[in-house]
Amino acid sequence: MSAELLELSVAQAAARIAAGEVSRQEYSEAWRERAAADELNAYLWRAEDGAGEGEGPLGGIPVAVKDIFCTEGIETTAASRILAGYRPPYTATAVRRLREAGAGLLGKTNMDEFAMGSSNENSAFGPVLNPWDRERVPGGSSGGSAAAVGGGLAPCAIGTDTGGSIRQPAALCGIVGLKPTYGAISRYGMIAFASSLDQCGPLTRDVADAALLLDALQGRDPCDSTSVGIEGGVGAPARQDLKGLRFAVPVELAHDAIESGVREVFEATLKRIEGLGGEIAAAPLPHAEHGISAYYVIAPAEASSNLARYDGVRYGLRAEPAAELIEMYESTRAEGFGDEVKRRIMLGTYALSSGYYEAYYGRAQRVRTKISADYAAAFEEFDFVVTPTSPSVAFRLGEKTDDPLAMYMNDFFTVPSSLAGLPAISIPAGLAEPDGGGPLLPVGFQIAAPAFAERRLLDAAYALEQAING
Amino acid sequence: MAELEAVIGLEIHVQLSTRTKMFCGCELSFGDEPNVHTCPVCLAHPGVLPVPNEEAIRYALRIAAALECEVAPRSIFHRKNYFYPDSPKAYQISQYDLPLATNGRLGEVRIHRAHLEEDAAKTIHLGESGRIHGSGVSLVDFNRGGTPLVEIVTEPDLRSAADAAAWARLLRTTVRQLGVSDVNMEEGSLRVDANVSVRPPGSSELGTKTELKNMNSFRFLERGIEAELARQREAIEAGGTVVQETLHFHPEDGSLTSLRSKEEEHDYRYFPEPDLVPLAPTEAMLREARGSLPELPEARMRRYEGELGLSAEHAAQLVAEPEAAEYFEAACGAAAGVEPQVVANWVTGELAAALRQADGGGPAGSRVEPGALAALVGMVQEKQLSHGSGKQVLAILVAEGGDPAEIVEREGLAQISDSGELEAIVAAAVDANPEAAEQVRSGNRKAIGAIVGAVMKETKGRADGSEVTRLIGEKLGV
Repeated sequence: MSAELLELSVAQAAARIAAGEVSRQEYSEAWRERAAADELNAYLWRAEDGAGEGEGPLGGIPVAVKDIFCTEGIETTAASRILAGYRPPYTATAVRRLREAGAGLLGKTNMDEFAMGSSNENSAFGPVLNPWDRERVPGGSSGGSAAAVGGGLAPCAIGTDTGGSIRQPAALCGIVGLKPTYGAISRYGMIAFASSLDQCGPLTRDVADAALLLDALQGRDPCDSTSVGIEGGVGAPARQDLKGLRFAVPVELAHDAIESGVREVFEATLKRIEGLGGEIAAAPLPHAEHGISAYYVIAPAEASSNLARYDGVRYGLRAEPAAELIEMYESTRAEGFGDEVKRRIMLGTYALSSGYYEAYYGRAQRVRTKISADYAAAFEEFDFVVTPTSPSVAFRLGEKTDDPLAMYMNDFFTVPSSLAGLPAISIPAGLAEPDGGGPLLPVGFQIAAPAFAERRLLDAAYALEQAING
Repeated sequence: MAELEAVIGLEIHVQLSTRTKMFCGCELSFGDEPNVHTCPVCLAHPGVLPVPNEEAIRYALRIAAALECEVAPRSIFHRKNYFYPDSPKAYQISQYDLPLATNGRLGEVRIHRAHLEEDAAKTIHLGESGRIHGSGVSLVDFNRGGTPLVEIVTEPDLRSAADAAAWARLLRTTVRQLGVSDVNMEEGSLRVDANVSVRPPGSSELGTKTELKNMNSFRFLERGIEAELARQREAIEAGGTVVQETLHFHPEDGSLTSLRSKEEEHDYRYFPEPDLVPLAPTEAMLREARGSLPELPEARMRRYEGELGLSAEHAAQLVAEPEAAEYFEAACGAAAGVEPQVVANWVTGELAAALRQADGGGPAGSRVEPGALAALVGMVQEKQLSHGSGKQVLAILVAEGGDPAEIVEREGLAQISDSGELEAIVAAAVDANPEAAEQVRSGNRKAIGAIVGAVMKETKGRADGSEVTRLIGEKLGV
């Protein structure tokens, strides 16, 4: 199998397989060899054989799946010790849909424990390394999926995004990451972190592949009452210009901590948009800057409830014999959860406590409503809202682990659209040095769109991607 | 000092008899082998999501309609968070500040709210205590976990233990008639907790209340409330106070022990369930719920008393068992020319007694067709059959079923209608009881009983009692 074949996009490879020019067995085997050579700790489990069956649009394409999706009979841990050895009795709808589209499972990818983190350093099974510089983080929480695709260990992957967990690692690993509208893809079988925010999405090498995967994944699922799907799907993006489209740059997100290299790439990208006929203007999103505060109340609150089921009673880890029930709960959870997970469970438990609920959870929900209203107002005048995906390029391993607040600021640009439930994509926009010098590293450009406007979003991202790749 | 007034409110959990559980497709069951009706959803595996049971929503709407509640256009499910092995998600999906139904009424009692939620699993603690503390092994059966429940909360409108039990019975009958639950207290498909307090008569303020649990029959409900009222009155009359707490009723000796005090109450950290969208019943669903209501016990009671002229006691007795009421109405329909009150006497009296003696079942499931009972009552009223013979025929009907006229014929039970024949038997009886005859002549009317008895014995009950009495009187010239 020529290395050239592995350079093909998923759309191209699927076409060659469908035309009978490439065998799906050989293609899958070639990717399995790549995955087997993983030196980034991107995978927690790898398939030993098999290939996608069926004649769907992803026929014969192996997909790397974040270890947060349940796969029947295959260990699924969400990178937590508390689920070590857990083999789910069922398969997540997203994974089932990929299979129905003809895809196969290449492996399960590493992640921040229960999707809580922005660097993939919170995995119970060790950090993932950035394929551009192994001393740096790949971002998180879908760090394994992003590193696998960015590092050539998978042709495509799926991940989950709660406050930026697809877009930020995609940006840091130089690939495309799409968070669809909340409700576009079923959450059934996706281990919950923050239920009102979690959304599945693709991590791919280009925008057309993201569209291809999204079409396979989206749709209403009777097992998820909050799923609605995208009417008519998205189709393959083909737009070549941005004429007549208006792009808003939110003034409130002109954040101090943004690296100068990132700012330069962002501004150069705005120029490219204008070059393609798009219009750029500053627009107010007055409450977006409070997004992080609201997010770090709402997400931990929901997490404190979602993670309460890991009690040692029915599955997963149970700490050694305890005399009393409470002792069993306490020692199981003390042993099973990592520090960041514990921190968020405590934060969330506090925020929901009687007497504090209004001051924290109630207030955070009101901020969320206002952020949604800000976007609605912006979309009266604009087609898209654009920002850098992340304030910095990939940072060094260990650089922010002792400073949770600095770590949380990674999500500054991605959280507001998550709170509003909107679709947003990160595409590679160029390279930049980190502040203080270092290697050239990828910079992501984020485009957010109105709810269920994925088709327009992918079209615009595709046009911009063509221009950036020259 | 006048006796302190009782103030009682009830909290009722009704298990719905839907085919499947509240948020998954597992079948409902009772008494099956443990943990056979489970799936990833009701075992709370990672990643699962709840999907509401539409039938449960329809059933709940029917209850709301029967209780004359206002139905919220959009009600919200919340998570009630607590750690216990009977709660696999470590939260119960319930409704909190926006329940399905509010402001209803049943009889004289106002309904505060009614909402939908899911039942917990069953825990069994092996060991002496039967409680989790000190138990060597605790087992969980998830079959029950996720069964749909409607929780009904009344206003504190009840004023005695007896009233509370009577009202709970009315609620049970009402819900049973809707066909949405088995409402069986022993099996736990109907669970009634009571909030009890006392206050000086005439006061409009509420005293400190206690909550009573584990009263799994109407009798225990009454006894539990009675015991708690006595305890509270005694405490206050002795100058003490009532402490807010939850009490566990022990059916063995009627005692109450504290489960937890107010300070030990859980902080359930309620918040809106993000996995579910608001529950917004359509106009068609509401119409269907209202339209599906059968005649409910209260209305039926009024009709029985007003239109059919039944005594309040008989009306209440019939209405308490919807099947008995329907049986009664079928018998009335078949019994032309017989007063409904007479039919009611037979259904609640002679028939009930005969069934009790046979096997204890209700009339609807018995061999006695409503038409057969109607024919029998008609024959007795027409004096074709004595009352005593009527009871004999009824016993045969209970045992074998069939047509009363044929049984009368077969058994030779027809009333003696030939007055010559009866006069001869009376004359013989008077002669055979000279002492009694003498007493009657001298004004002791009661003594006639002995002669009547002799006639009945001779005729094997086939004589009309009042005719016999008349003939004896004539014979003795009184």
